Amino acid sequence: MPVLARWIEAAGIPTVVVTMMPAVAEERRTPRIVGVEFPYGHAFGMPHDKAMQRRVLELALRVLAGAASSGTRVDFDTEWPVPLREAYKSWQPKVPSPIVRKLLEARAQAST
Amino acid sequence: MIVDSYRFLPRSFRPFYEGRGPFPGEESPVWAPFEKRLSASRIALLTSAGVYMKESQPTFDLEREDANPEWGDPTWRVIPATARPEDFAFAHLHINPEDMLADPEIALPLRGLAELVDEGVVGGSVVDHVAVMGYQDRGLEDWGHTTAPEIAAHLREQGADALILAPA
Repeated sequence: MPVLARWIEAAGIPTVVVTMMPAVAEERRTPRIVGVEFPYGHAFGMPHDKAMQRRVLELALRVLAGAASSGTRVDFDTEWPVPLREAYKSWQPKVPSPIVRKLLEARAQAST
Repeated sequence: MIVDSYRFLPRSFRPFYEGRGPFPGEESPVWAPFEKRLSASRIALLTSAGVYMKESQPTFDLEREDANPEWGDPTWRVIPATARPEDFAFAHLHINPEDMLADPEIALPLRGLAELVDEGVVGGSVVDHVAVMGYQDRGLEDWGHTTAPEIAAHLREQGADALILAPA
């Protein structure tokens, strides 16, 4: 996603990335970054929590319009309201993705 | 608060992301100044959650990814600003889509943006937003050569002044 933002920005269109991994976006020289400490798949917050979603969107717009230089990062000041263990488990797919399955198979093979 | 970028990431995945620095060719900053007032700007959204319109668009190719796990479908979809939550399906093998199906606004806040337009905070929304599926092969060849230029051309055609991207 950082690289996609860079390509669009290089084409002349200002961008902001709302991301769970703002440190990675910084390393990849993303022009404008909003960090959210949310589980994957939840960039704008909790389902049905309109107030929270609106605050994230407003912050993204503020950073988009008001960042003065490339690499600007502002983090969203709200913790995820679900206990970590539960949230960590619930964002993950019910079946491991093909690449994770492949890595697990390789690991199992290496240990036999 | 400063966000912990690895809070929800399985520990064994962390080395794939952390401390890798800019990739070759990405060392220098890019910058397109945002020159208008927000209230006079047309905004576009892009999600990488693998969203598509289930009645009118093909899914992202998950069968090919299943057969070739290093590959991810590099194509993109237009998502009308007027789409309703029940119009969507999600094709992404790396996240559980349950919450996004329950409330697609968490990935693509079409209604949230429309509200801000109604209130005059934002000048307007594009007619057609953008969706991709974020799991891609390492080289990103297709995204770089085809998808990104096509999306940039689409955004220009739509009169977008800026883009909000949200990875899944």
